[in-house]
Amino acid sequence: MSTNLANLLYLIPIVAFILALRFLSNPAHARRGNQIGAVGMLVAIVVTWIKAGSASWWAIVIGMVIGGGFGAVAARRVKMTAMPQMVALFNGVGGGAAALIALAELHRILPEPGRPKIDIALAIALSGLIGAISFAGSMVAFAKLQELIRGRPITYPGQKFVNLALLAACLALSVTLVSGVQDEWLLWIVIGGATLFGVLFVLPIGGADMPVVISLLNAFTGLAVAIGGFELENNVLIVAGMLVGASGTLLTLMMGRAMNRSIANVLFGAFGQVSEGAAAAAESDGGTVRSASAEDVAVMLAYAHKVVFVPGYGLAVAQAQHDVRQLADLLEGKGVEVSYAIHPVAGRMPGHMNVLLAEANVPYPQLKEMDDANPEFSRTDVALIVGANDVVNPDARNNQGSPIYGMPILNVDQANAVVVLKRSMNPGFAGIENPLFYNPKTVMLFGDAKDSITKLIADVKSL
Amino acid sequence: MSHNTLLVFELTILVLAIFLGFEVISKVPTLLHTPLMSGTNAIHGIVLVGAMIVLAQPHKDAFEWIVGFLGVVLGSANVVGGFVVTDRMLEMFKKREPAKAPDASSDGGPSDG
Repeated sequence: MSTNLANLLYLIPIVAFILALRFLSNPAHARRGNQIGAVGMLVAIVVTWIKAGSASWWAIVIGMVIGGGFGAVAARRVKMTAMPQMVALFNGVGGGAAALIALAELHRILPEPGRPKIDIALAIALSGLIGAISFAGSMVAFAKLQELIRGRPITYPGQKFVNLALLAACLALSVTLVSGVQDEWLLWIVIGGATLFGVLFVLPIGGADMPVVISLLNAFTGLAVAIGGFELENNVLIVAGMLVGASGTLLTLMMGRAMNRSIANVLFGAFGQVSEGAAAAAESDGGTVRSASAEDVAVMLAYAHKVVFVPGYGLAVAQAQHDVRQLADLLEGKGVEVSYAIHPVAGRMPGHMNVLLAEANVPYPQLKEMDDANPEFSRTDVALIVGANDVVNPDARNNQGSPIYGMPILNVDQANAVVVLKRSMNPGFAGIENPLFYNPKTVMLFGDAKDSITKLIADVKSL
Repeated sequence: MSHNTLLVFELTILVLAIFLGFEVISKVPTLLHTPLMSGTNAIHGIVLVGAMIVLAQPHKDAFEWIVGFLGVVLGSANVVGGFVVTDRMLEMFKKREPAKAPDASSDGGPSDG
């Protein structure tokens, strides 16, 4: 197959990927879109297969069976609550593949009489660097989300300086490589350094900021793949990689806006470490916490006109989405109006809560985004908070000393009553005190979210 | 096509892809941000095509072959895992489950689902 014909046929996957993203604008045909994307990917693979046709075909098959088999089994087995780490893992391997391609390409073109073309050398250095950062960063994100290592920020003195120096060293070596020094070891060191940088760069970022980090690393992998397209002079890599790079960047910025924090603050702020003073201040004027029994809460819910569920990461941890749905159905059967208020950064991935509730068959028109949910709270009888904390913390509105001051929140304190399902009085992931718990309108129902909801279901039934 | 002409052409489609990416994504509702991330994650699995090219090229030595092979393994995991996870997520987004349609709330009327 000629290069021209291959490039012509590559238009099929390119169009398919664009349609896949386009179809994601509506939940009704989003799944069709993903299937179109998968078909496009198949076409790209077949075209490449025919064009490349070589003695190594059996190696390609074996590689695909190993990698594809692993991907299929992992993706089938994973629980919906573990989705964020799965996405991080698959993102990481993509970045790793991009870095490997850079290594192989440099090895192939060296030694070159004169010097390698400057754009090819630049592409090799950059895709190696970015791919390695994405690989290592994603693996750390995976380990944090899987709780193989601590989710809380890990910090040490001089951390930013070390990271910055490491990145600068990697960039300097990349420039040396591009300037025409023909030494493969340079790229090895760049990739090694970038891997270390990826690890050090994600380690200090707290679990609550993972949505932003995963989204950013997704953009990195896309970018590394697009640059890889320049090395191999391959259009489909450039377009598909850059679509992902652009979308990941935009999504990252949207996440940052939802938290009212700059991306730099998320990445280098080691969030949750600096909040001691503000937390202490909030605690002193705290007042008392009212705790209630499941029976009391069941009565409140069953005789309400309007109940809003506010899910957070605790819902995912307890895997309580099905029970929440059951409770909501029961309340609807009693004539209560039920909806769900979803904060854009609730959970560990953008839109994490939507996926969990969709798994439990909650019809998506009941899922309200923050801007639609907030005006409703003043007409709400009970706001039932299931494992959310920072996204309902009124300090974000009122307390300038709070590290989350300025973050848009769900105004649950405007509801007539607030019920908080929580394991204990421990502050959340970010370690910030929440005055909502001391609000006279609030009652706490302590215990595992799943157990509490199960009890509520039994009690509502017996009313 | 000379190398420089090709490079300019490639840069052109790169820039167009950036704007297209921004344009298409800005229409995706927050509801679908997780599948969006997972779906774009699957799309950058196109790196598999790059790894296949590397593995299929005539090799100088075993090193290139090994690296290409590892690339194909990682790229395939990215492609298959990415699309399967996304499909599983999107499968769950339904308007109303068919089993419970008859007793749906009064305001809905006869739904098309």
